[in-house]
Amino acid sequence: MLEVSGIGCLRGERRLFAGVSFTLKPGGLIWIQGGNGSGKTTLLRTLCGLTHAMAGEVRWGGEPIQTLGEDYRRELTYIGHANGLKEDLSAQENLLVAAHLAGQPVSRAEAAGALHGIGLAGREHLPVKFLSQGQRRRAALARLRLAHPRTLWLLDEPFNALDTHAVADMGKIMENHLAQGGMIALTTHQDVAIRAADAQTLRLDEEVAG
Amino acid sequence: MMQTLRYMISRDVLLAMRRRADVATTLFFFVIVASLFPLGVGPEPKLLRAMAPGILWVSALLASMLSLGRLFAADYADGSLEQLVLAPDPLAVVVIGKVMAHWLVSGLPLVLISPVIALQFDLPAAAIVTLLLALLLGTPLLSLIGAIGAALTVGVRGGGVLVSLLVLPLYVPVLIFGAGAVDASASGLDAGGHLSILGALLLLGMVLAPWATAAALRISLE
Repeated sequence: MLEVSGIGCLRGERRLFAGVSFTLKPGGLIWIQGGNGSGKTTLLRTLCGLTHAMAGEVRWGGEPIQTLGEDYRRELTYIGHANGLKEDLSAQENLLVAAHLAGQPVSRAEAAGALHGIGLAGREHLPVKFLSQGQRRRAALARLRLAHPRTLWLLDEPFNALDTHAVADMGKIMENHLAQGGMIALTTHQDVAIRAADAQTLRLDEEVAG
Repeated sequence: MMQTLRYMISRDVLLAMRRRADVATTLFFFVIVASLFPLGVGPEPKLLRAMAPGILWVSALLASMLSLGRLFAADYADGSLEQLVLAPDPLAVVVIGKVMAHWLVSGLPLVLISPVIALQFDLPAAAIVTLLLALLLGTPLLSLIGAIGAALTVGVRGGGVLVSLLVLPLYVPVLIFGAGAVDASASGLDAGGHLSILGALLLLGMVLAPWATAAALRISLE
């Protein structure tokens, strides 16, 4: 369970947001919304521990994430604004490296399966620099299709550059994850229908105003 | 943990092999800079022999400097650095892997070609062997120290110049004992003392530099 209590962040001298609190239970989904520059990415980076909050605390299973450290990182998958793909490696090599570094080694066949499932069949051996933006996004998101997914997904604009078909596919993957007791926090500008037993929306603009 | 280390090394070596031009640049820089001196100061064997240790080491220092920019900058730009920081293994392990890969592709070739370069300076055989040993101990240390500077300047505009200013002063002990070892050997003395100090510095660097680099990376990413 992810508990966020009263966190606030500064960017330079300006207050991005303050007093953000929510609780994410197994099977829970939270949409983080807000205009450009409202701090959505900063909030996600705070949730995964890349940025320290100026105030408040993020707890995982009752323990602060700073104390948990590696144990917390073992539970989460973060896909940021940047895809985190190496241009000179193929989509499959990228996926293998990502899975190994995340401590969940997969076989070549499993990696190829995940890439096929996300619509990159026939392109898995092409260096990523030859892929389009949408295909790169798919290659990055393929990590979510690997077996034994992590419990907590923190996704920054996951639907960016994806076509409607791929967006629908991703929606299904997320629904599946939630149904198995996973948790998702995501930012997006798009309206995507994801069925979740426990969905909440956080608007950052209002938090700042308030 | 060992698996992460192995995977990190093979990833970075594979990436370097896909961009062989970058690797060749470092090596050619070393070869050309070191070869310019005999051309510039003239073919006086005594003079060349006296200058050789210093020239070879300074060339090695500058060549290693040249490749530092690539250590973290590319990973930072494409977002893979975030993923490395969030990996469940300690960041220091990832750093050790990256530094080892960096040394394999930019330090080791330089060590291997150094005897050939040393011939231009008419160094005695014993001094060439010492040079090889000293570079073998010294170049990994250059990569380790350089990684701290590269991590501190990651994401900074004009970081390349800044990293030189940060790191070159820290290279001074390596330069002194590295060139000193070759100097001693060339004048018929025992180079063991210098090499031992280089070895000790390398051990110290191996213990401390990865932690410092990991801390610097976390600060740079915030």
